[in-house]
Amino acid sequence: MNRLKKIRPGWGILPVAIFLAIWEIVARLNLIPGQFFFPPFSTVVMEFYYLTANGVLGDNFLASLVRVLIGFCAGSIAGITIGIIMGWRDFVHKALNPIISLLYPIPALGWLPLLMLWLGIGEALPITIIFICSFFPVLYNTVTGIKNVDEDYIQVARTLGASDIRILITVVMPLALPNIFTGLRLEAGMAWRVIIAAEMVAIPTGIGALMMKAESLIRIDIIIVCLIVLSVMCLTFEKFFAYLETRLTSQWR
Amino acid sequence: MPSIQLKNISKYVCQNVNLEVFDEELLVLLGPNGAGKSTLLNIIAGLIDYEGSVLFDDEPVDKLATSKRKVGYLFQELALFPHLDVASNIAYGLRAQKQSQSGVEARVGELLQMMKIKHLSSRYPRHLSGGEKQRVALARALAPSPQVLLLDEPLSNLDFSTSKYLRIELQRLQKGLGITTIYVTHNQREAEEIGDRIAVIHHGVLEQVGTPEQIFFNPQNERVSEFIGSPNILPCEYCRELGQGLMEIGTGGLTIVVPYEGVEIKKIAISPRDIYISVEKPPGPDLNRFKGKIVEMTPSASLTWIRLRVGDHTLLAEQPTDVVEEMNLQVGSEVYLILKLRWIKTLSDPFT
Repeated sequence: MNRLKKIRPGWGILPVAIFLAIWEIVARLNLIPGQFFFPPFSTVVMEFYYLTANGVLGDNFLASLVRVLIGFCAGSIAGITIGIIMGWRDFVHKALNPIISLLYPIPALGWLPLLMLWLGIGEALPITIIFICSFFPVLYNTVTGIKNVDEDYIQVARTLGASDIRILITVVMPLALPNIFTGLRLEAGMAWRVIIAAEMVAIPTGIGALMMKAESLIRIDIIIVCLIVLSVMCLTFEKFFAYLETRLTSQWR
Repeated sequence: MPSIQLKNISKYVCQNVNLEVFDEELLVLLGPNGAGKSTLLNIIAGLIDYEGSVLFDDEPVDKLATSKRKVGYLFQELALFPHLDVASNIAYGLRAQKQSQSGVEARVGELLQMMKIKHLSSRYPRHLSGGEKQRVALARALAPSPQVLLLDEPLSNLDFSTSKYLRIELQRLQKGLGITTIYVTHNQREAEEIGDRIAVIHHGVLEQVGTPEQIFFNPQNERVSEFIGSPNILPCEYCRELGQGLMEIGTGGLTIVVPYEGVEIKKIAISPRDIYISVEKPPGPDLNRFKGKIVEMTPSASLTWIRLRVGDHTLLAEQPTDVVEEMNLQVGSEVYLILKLRWIKTLSDPFT
């Protein structure tokens, strides 16, 4: 069993390697008409090297990363905090839920034109978009997690002499963690998808903006480099929260 | 430990319930599902609002929050915190009381020892068996030294042998600690075995409160009698000790062997479900085996109630309907009856 587990990661890499090899061969042998629009993988790797060496990729990546981190952290913290209060106190839930139900279905990018007018083109714009993108789903999952905690656990804690705040911190929040993490994990990837879209449309720096510049220069290789960076970052963020969730809850779930 | 009094308690199905549980007593609240048993426990624990008054040692506790009532509550589903290991589950109430770390450790160690679960201290609830979970939940309820222990069908999810073993342990523990306890169950046998007194509740009304003998031999109304299984109660005309813990009694022309507990027997009771019926003469010695005639049959979907004329008595027996059909029993049929020795109840103190 242990041996099987050790072998598994290799199996995951194999299909990717085969895919890249086919890509390289197809592009090199000009098997697709208009091969100009389909550079080989090796060309993309070389372009990645050039973009990294001259700092273009690093600068744009860093700009996107900072926006995602600030927006996502702020949105998640706000979502978790308000979600806990809404889940724990019925009157807060009753007061805020109608407003949140109205705002939640609006796609994060739907806010873009309005925010461009309100905030102007600047750093606040993408950060706010990411904040909105993270806030609502994390809030929704937190409320669900808190409300789904079995009432018996709360009543037992009460009979054992625990105060409301102690019950919230030591029973309800830990038991809501799986739901909270589901929200965080999904939105961590989504934040990258949204920032790219926002940068493509309205912001002159970042990975999304770099892609738009590459598009105007018909640099397919740069676009593919950006897409690969985006894919890796989405995956990394999602995996980080999946790892964190496993670390914190696997012992008892 | 305090006595508990319920005065004119009304909530949901319960209307004007009055009940007193004596100091250090184990009172069983016996009733069918939906009778209001758990509601009364929740009221005593202060988990729900109610009308009326709850008193501990004659002091009203109605205005006290649950956390201040010093009540140990064992829920039917046990509700062990899944994210805490056994030791932390037990320590929960102590930490809530802000006891020192050394005090918490000492008390948890004491309870692990008392409940014989020391080897489980670092396990999480999902890795425990039903019986182990029950012990941990009881240890957790007892940890903060509650004044009152409330047990809501604590053994209902366990298999028969584990349940029986834990019932004995629970009884021993309750007597040892001298803690006033209310034990909720719908199982009449469990109630008889564990309770100092039994309170029979039906649809929110306390039908009868008394010792198991009083309830069984002198049910105050039809509902109580039905709930405890409508036992056949036979007066004892004479009795003779047989030795080896047995006694022979005479009643209505029948000679029955019953368990002997060292005192004279006045009445015996046999539950309808404890009478076997056979169309052929049963093998074995002729003890507690009688020939009788069916005088009435009342079938229902799963059970058939059969009245049998045996000696001078008419006994009520209960048989699964499919078995009755298989044996082709009819009014007028002559059959053999076997009375299960182990389940014949004896009454030595006639209070009627």
